[in-house]
Amino acid sequence: MRPFAYLSAPDVATAVRAVADDPGAKFLGGGTNLVDLMRTGIERPDTVVDITSLPLAEVEERPDGGVRIGALVRNGRLAAHPLIRARYPVLSQAVLAGASAQLRNMATVGGNLLQRTRCPYFYDRTAACNKREPGSGCDAIGGFNRSHAVLGVSGSCIAAHPSDMCVALAALDAVVEVESVRGVRRVPLASFHRPPGDTPHVETDLSPDELVTAVELPPSPIAANSRYRKVRDRASYAFALVSVAAALEVRDGAVTGVALALGGVATTPWRAREAERALLGAPATEESFRRAAEAELAPATGLPGNTFKIELARRAVTATLRRLLTEGSPA
Amino acid sequence: MVEVRLRVNGAEASLDLPPQVSLLDALRERLGLTGTKKGCDQGACGACTVLADGERINSCLALAVQYAGREITTIEGIAGDGPGHPLQRAFVRNDGLQCGYCTSGQICSALGMLAEHGAGMPSAVTEHLCADGLELSDEEIRERMSGNLCRCGAYNGIVDAIREFAAAEAER
Ligand SMILES: Cc1cc2nc3c(=O)[nH]c(=O)nc-3n(C[C@H](O)[C@H](O)[C@H](O)COP(=O)(O)OP(=O)(O)OC[C@H]3O[C@@H](n4cnc5c(N)ncnc54)[C@H](O)[C@@H]3O)c2cc1C
Ligand code: SF4
Ligand code: FES
Ligand code: FES
Repeated sequence: MRPFAYLSAPDVATAVRAVADDPGAKFLGGGTNLVDLMRTGIERPDTVVDITSLPLAEVEERPDGGVRIGALVRNGRLAAHPLIRARYPVLSQAVLAGASAQLRNMATVGGNLLQRTRCPYFYDRTAACNKREPGSGCDAIGGFNRSHAVLGVSGSCIAAHPSDMCVALAALDAVVEVESVRGVRRVPLASFHRPPGDTPHVETDLSPDELVTAVELPPSPIAANSRYRKVRDRASYAFALVSVAAALEVRDGAVTGVALALGGVATTPWRAREAERALLGAPATEESFRRAAEAELAPATGLPGNTFKIELARRAVTATLRRLLTEGSPA
Repeated sequence: MVEVRLRVNGAEASLDLPPQVSLLDALRERLGLTGTKKGCDQGACGACTVLADGERINSCLALAVQYAGREITTIEGIAGDGPGHPLQRAFVRNDGLQCGYCTSGQICSALGMLAEHGAGMPSAVTEHLCADGLELSDEEIRERMSGNLCRCGAYNGIVDAIREFAAAEAER
């Protein structure tokens, strides 16, 4: 691995100052993505600012009934937290569906938000990749693209967003709190990740010197009845081909509340607004669920390797909603 | 170079390391603790699993400097000097290994897993996230141990060994 200077930041002010003063510096959370990418030479920081000693590792209830999750909360702790399990079960399930227990013990909430794609050509430094090397082309488009996205894609990049946690956060209307030497700002999760467009190397709304300090979940009357479903090539320890985060409220047989987001199929954690629109007020039936899924997937564009995901996503959405209807919450 | 004070298996070690050295390489190459194995060096196999303050982690993705002052336990610390840890003996009795390359990671992982289960942590196959007294079914063991691959496919024996050890612990 390329050598770098190491600094462990005792407080937020020191951390954001260190990265603001040094364009070659990067924050280090659990290291499960950054260390891997440094070892392959894809990330090449001159200075690594370790943020794991910052006092941002609490999950707290807010006065409005929402929850504030510190950016340094480890993924495993987040999934197991009683407030998350009871009020936002979709988030517990999504986190538990990701990576392995060892990795979840290391990975932080901030690092999970900022993890980079698992596109194999991005990892292969001999391949053309606009995300790794802007302007070099995209070997995935005409290549092996089974794991790639069908929604939010561009002619420059079709990489799927890899996170499970972020799919649940998209459904839950999460807000990301970020801090830099310029102050604190709050970014809705919906605009935190950017679709690739012509600049796939720009992945989020953050500038490089901004630190994620927390994720806030607003109170939600429907989130207690929510589930996550992940479809993948093996039963565990694999990234999603398709995943669905869903919350559902039904009264007198009609859908009165719904939140839906998709993973594995899109370039960003994908809030399924079209499907939600189709469902609100509709009868809570298999047929409505299927129609909503079709509406969401209508603009999807597949390539030979990944067209199967379009029908798989329709089925996964329908099945997740059906299970919420018949079995209710996993909480 | 940075000075890194590691606590490994109850002993202090002070090492001068470049910050890019992983905990795995520090254990194996600097401290001679070669029981912990390197499989993939990218978080994908679990062979390098050790315990940090009792929690299982992949030492290949851990920078050693980040773990200064944490209590690291490796297979050498678990084994002790006698006839081995009861979980190691359960692995032998149940054919929980063939070549043995994944075994130290499996054992560290299983001990971390049982602590997580004991603390009421759910898993991806847990039906009711808020239920008390989760049963440790074979399905739960398999899911919770999925971060440890075994190229020899000794999974049935691994699950048997963990189930047997967990049951014996529960009796104590
Ligand atoms: C084998 C393997 C399998 C995996 N499987 C899955 C899976 O199935 N599903 C899934 O969702 N994920 C999976 N992951 C990815 C894993 O979830 C991420 O690696 C992890 O969440 C990253 O968190 P971290 O704290 O380790 O981040 P780090 O590696 O420390 O950092 C990642 C990036 O985020 C930046 N960063 C970290 N914290 C902050 C902050 N607070 N503010 C600003 N920037 C920050 C870093 O600079 C770096 O660029 C897998 C990983 C591996 C290695
Ligand atoms: S899909 Fe995106 S990340 Fe993958 S090779 Fe193309 S440009 Fe790179
Ligand atoms: S060597 Fe660490 S997970 Fe494979
Ligand atoms: S015993 Fe050979 S890899 Fe598991």
